[in-house]
Amino acid sequence: MQIQDTPSLKAEARGLNFYYGEKQALKGINMPIYDKKVTALIGPSGCGKSTYLRSFNRMHDLYPGNRYEGEIRFFPDNSNLLSPDVDPIEVRMRVGMVFQKPNPFPKSIFENVAYGLRVRGENNRRVLDDKVEHALRGAAIWDEVKDRLQDMAPNLSGGQQQRLCIARALATDPELLLFDEPTSALDPIATGAIEELVHELKKRVTILIVTHNMQQAARVSDYTAYMYLGEMIEFGKTDEIFIKPQDKRTEDYITGRMG
Amino acid sequence: MNYSMTANSPSDLPVVSDRLSKKAMRHVSERLIEALLFAAAAVSVLTTIGIVYVLVSESVHFFQNVSIFDFLTDTQWTPLFDDAHFGIMVLVSGTLVSSLVALVVAIPMGTIIAIYLSEFAHGNVREIAKPILELLGGIPTIVFGYFALLIVTPMLQVIFPELPGFSLLSAGLVMGIMIVPYIASLSEDAMRAVPMSLREGSYALGSTRLHTALHVVVPAAFSGLAASYILAISRAVGETMILAVAAGMQPNLTWNPMEPAATITSFIVQVALGDLPHGSIGYQTIFAAGLTLILITLMFNILGQWLRRKFRENY
Repeated sequence: MQIQDTPSLKAEARGLNFYYGEKQALKGINMPIYDKKVTALIGPSGCGKSTYLRSFNRMHDLYPGNRYEGEIRFFPDNSNLLSPDVDPIEVRMRVGMVFQKPNPFPKSIFENVAYGLRVRGENNRRVLDDKVEHALRGAAIWDEVKDRLQDMAPNLSGGQQQRLCIARALATDPELLLFDEPTSALDPIATGAIEELVHELKKRVTILIVTHNMQQAARVSDYTAYMYLGEMIEFGKTDEIFIKPQDKRTEDYITGRMG
Repeated sequence: MNYSMTANSPSDLPVVSDRLSKKAMRHVSERLIEALLFAAAAVSVLTTIGIVYVLVSESVHFFQNVSIFDFLTDTQWTPLFDDAHFGIMVLVSGTLVSSLVALVVAIPMGTIIAIYLSEFAHGNVREIAKPILELLGGIPTIVFGYFALLIVTPMLQVIFPELPGFSLLSAGLVMGIMIVPYIASLSEDAMRAVPMSLREGSYALGSTRLHTALHVVVPAAFSGLAASYILAISRAVGETMILAVAAGMQPNLTWNPMEPAATITSFIVQVALGDLPHGSIGYQTIFAAGLTLILITLMFNILGQWLRRKFRENY
């Protein structure tokens, strides 16, 4: 793949503050998300990386007392995802998410993947069949489940469930895909499969991934952001962050002296 | 266990023997508590066995006088008349019709209330509404009975002028209202037990609250919902006072809710209030009717167990 010097922007946080009630969890975050790249968010537990990630699909709107300040600009239309005028459902139609713990619905494999399509009003059987197959292929799980699409999804193994959840998110063609520590509940083999998949997926979709595992960040991402205590400490190309971090705190974390 | 002893204490003998004696004491008290717990559990099991034993043994006497075939197929129920007939279907029909009316009211209403409380209501609304709702379940059923007879029946007669003063419809409707809190409360518990991660998964795909509630939460909580429905059926089948007061007590083989009819329970009340000589055939009918009631309830319980297993939560 050719490396462009200035890839185009998919999204950009501008002066983003976030509050859980009185408690400020994000402090003035400014950060670009580049189109069709993988951006990793790293940092110690409680640093706000998951909070930041969940701002991109307005997940915080589900709970009372949460408040955003600032903007997340979304391109190409340059809309502000956090604007009160923007319906969170519209945001989630464009921004998909894969969670820390696989959370398949208690439905068949097929219906899990078709769920987002049905939410969008698609009920044509042939269209559903096509899109479900395409999504399952995209998530590298088609060969394992093609003969048992009507089986209950929660009966799959953990790694398969997580790939199914990725297929579920892919089925609706999101522009941005959020991964919240997607491999923390998986064994090394399943983790490897997911990482390979992330690498494959960036041809199609912009990816933002939270990870506790620095090797994982180094393996899968093009850009890395280091967060600490709700602040964005350092952002840059992954090789630069890992080889010569500019900030002392980033260096301490990466070399294992903190965290 | 051995390793914890050697790991924690030096191996001088007095300490070890002291610890050993403590361990023996612990063993005795464990056994004692276990025996107490077992006794508590045994009481309820033995009571059930006792009840079933009495019902069955008295019913055996009954069925020595009345054939099971007549019991199940006769279309009249006149155990206290000179020309006695013992067709239990007369009472079963009243029981099933009134229960069906109650469930037609209670299941949709209870489920809708549960969905509202679990998925839509704000925390403080739920904190207030749920206890009030549960209060409804604490009203004595005799009060519901007179509510049916004196308020609901006249209201229904405005709509259906031909409705008699006693009817299965009126009693069944009020019985349904009585059962709503059970269904709502238990279903709400089941739906709230659905992990938030499933809801988040649904919202993250652009789903609305209603779609999430109907397509993710309700299916995930289905075994809990089924359990609440089964409990409601048992309540309806076993309910006595409302029917005794508002449905009339004349035995009537009918499937029409607009008619008055006796149910198994209201018959038992009626007979138990009179003075029947012990051991008479009239006395024994109570036990045969009671056994029938238990068998019906048992049938629904088995159905409930099956449903619960079939739709076991696997999230």
